[in-house]
Amino acid sequence: MNKEITNAVQLTAEEFMYPGNRACSGCGLSLLYRIGLKAMGRDCIFVVPPSCLTVAQGLYPIAATQIPCVNVTFASTAAAATGVRAALKAQKREHTKVVAWAGDGGTSDIGIQALSASIERDEDFLYICYDNEAYMNTGVQRSGTTPKGTITTNTPIKGKLQKNKDLPAIIAAHNPVYIATCSAAYPIDFYNKIQKAQRLKGLKYIHIHTPCPSGWGMAERLSITVGKLAVTTGLYDLYEVENHKKVLSGPSAKLLKRENLKQVSEYFKTQSRFRALSKEQIEEVQTEVDSKWQEYREEMA
Amino acid sequence: MKIIESGNVAAAIGVKLAKTQVIAAYPITPQTPLTEKLSEFVEADEMEAEYIAVESEHSALAVCIGAASAGSRAFTATSANGLLYMSEQVHWAAGARLPLVMCVVNRGLGAPWTVWNDHQDSISQRDAGWIQIYVNDHQEIVDTVIKAFRLSQTVSIPVMVCYDGYYLSHTYMPFDVPEQDKVDVFLPPYEYKHTLNPAKPENLNTVTMPFSRLDTDGVAQPSYMNIRYNLQQELRKSIDVFKDIDLEFKGIFGRGGDSIITPYHCDDSEFIVVSMGSLSNRIKDVIDQLRGEGIKVGALCVHLYRPFPDEAIVNMLADAKGVFVFEKAICYGNQGPLFSDIKAALYTQEKRPLIHNFILGLGGQEIKNVDLYDAIKQSCSAPETDNDTTRWLGLER
Repeated sequence: MNKEITNAVQLTAEEFMYPGNRACSGCGLSLLYRIGLKAMGRDCIFVVPPSCLTVAQGLYPIAATQIPCVNVTFASTAAAATGVRAALKAQKREHTKVVAWAGDGGTSDIGIQALSASIERDEDFLYICYDNEAYMNTGVQRSGTTPKGTITTNTPIKGKLQKNKDLPAIIAAHNPVYIATCSAAYPIDFYNKIQKAQRLKGLKYIHIHTPCPSGWGMAERLSITVGKLAVTTGLYDLYEVENHKKVLSGPSAKLLKRENLKQVSEYFKTQSRFRALSKEQIEEVQTEVDSKWQEYREEMA
Repeated sequence: MKIIESGNVAAAIGVKLAKTQVIAAYPITPQTPLTEKLSEFVEADEMEAEYIAVESEHSALAVCIGAASAGSRAFTATSANGLLYMSEQVHWAAGARLPLVMCVVNRGLGAPWTVWNDHQDSISQRDAGWIQIYVNDHQEIVDTVIKAFRLSQTVSIPVMVCYDGYYLSHTYMPFDVPEQDKVDVFLPPYEYKHTLNPAKPENLNTVTMPFSRLDTDGVAQPSYMNIRYNLQQELRKSIDVFKDIDLEFKGIFGRGGDSIITPYHCDDSEFIVVSMGSLSNRIKDVIDQLRGEGIKVGALCVHLYRPFPDEAIVNMLADAKGVFVFEKAICYGNQGPLFSDIKAALYTQEKRPLIHNFILGLGGQEIKNVDLYDAIKQSCSAPETDNDTTRWLGLER
């Protein structure tokens, strides 16, 4: 169970998320949720705020999952997970893992205070933020992680005017025991990082990039393709941070050896949410990505 | 064993005796000495509990919600704006039917800032679906905290124990500390029917439709409104449950028996003054004075405010000539909340008493015995005058 795997055949055949759940087709979140549960196994308790996951898990009285879960208020995910962990400690049931799983709005906006405090207290649970880069469950409104220029339902014409927050960097400033970023396009990487996180005591934070066909304006079948493009263009990086040290992992690490990454325009043109981006804006992003990777090469090569 | 301590310490002792497993709190005056004491109990190993110093009241109750859902006895305490900041969670805890206890050390609400006492904070949460008990002295604080845990666990509804900031929280009084072995008999270990357990996975508080749906066994399960109806029904039933629990407590500890309301000379009185919390103690003194002058006046202290014990209150008030309600809260734009509730309870009576409402002590405004004396005496002498009106007592000119 605790070994790194290299392909999907090595995943357990046991399913904890059932067909008939309420995720949209092509949902990046539901893919990683299914894989994540396989990595975590049965002995865990989930804490979930309002999000796509609330809906995906099913409507009362039917649940699509085999994992105990407490649904909590939007701002309180990390605090409620703290309470679950404290209860398990009080009952000497410490073997059971606690997993908080929230969206980008629920984490970078309304939930950041409780999360920040939980890291500062070094609570022992895994926090997963699935980042589909807007409030998808309420109908695609901008969030703190929505990229600049993105058309959402409350940035409908000009696109979002501000840059997104670098949430994993904000978390990294707290120096929790483990941080990782993942993508729905690389589920095996996610599986291995969860396994690693679950072996560590303290607060573990995993940020996952989850393509959302309905919110991003693309065909359902393109979720993996677009997720991969976000990584291979160098826009979204897969890495781990431990003891302040950032190390690129898997697919992103491979990019270090390449001189020329795919152009970010390749990524932007796959999704209608980027239709308001001007040529200059795209060039601006390309320049930022290029200089980021130049720094990576200098630091990590 | 009798000790002399503050009201906040009395509450902390109750929480300790209840063998609370998880405590979460955020500092706010005048609650702080209570939660400081609990942190001291935990750090000194006098109490086996997890003490979580959270970053906000919203998180304080979130921790308790998580802990109670995962099968541990949980407690928090707050005051004033802290209670309002956690208001979303207050409603959530009731809807989730969690057996929690929270002390509200009553304080007025900003703006403008005040740290002094009134009841506006907890009254603002009266419709959240919690049980609310207002207590009068230190003995009641420690006893009621223990009873509250038993009650919340019995009916699966959270309980707020409300006591006056400074008047009770920071004053010192002698009280009897309940014996741990007796508390253990009275209060069995925490139990929650839907405890989060990987061996029996359940998805708690999930999205619930406005209509009944079948579960995987084909059995119809309630809609949102049905679930909320159950809460209302069981809140109403908890009036009698609390009475029984209180009598059981009396059997073990020799104290109690008037958990819902406490009458004072109500039997032979033409006029009855109604109030809640420590104000009731002051009113008793004034009643003694007025009775000494031959005025047939008594007092009724309301302890259980939600669920509202209308039947018990009507039994006490229905035959009175006049009822005078003194309260430290106002439903802005209308009248005193206790006043409204009492009038509604009396509505079905054929002969209804005359009724006056006095708002006083907001934000710690001084309550003078002479003002209480004058107001009650005036109301007794001319109950028809200004019937069914709300007056503010103690305003400065």
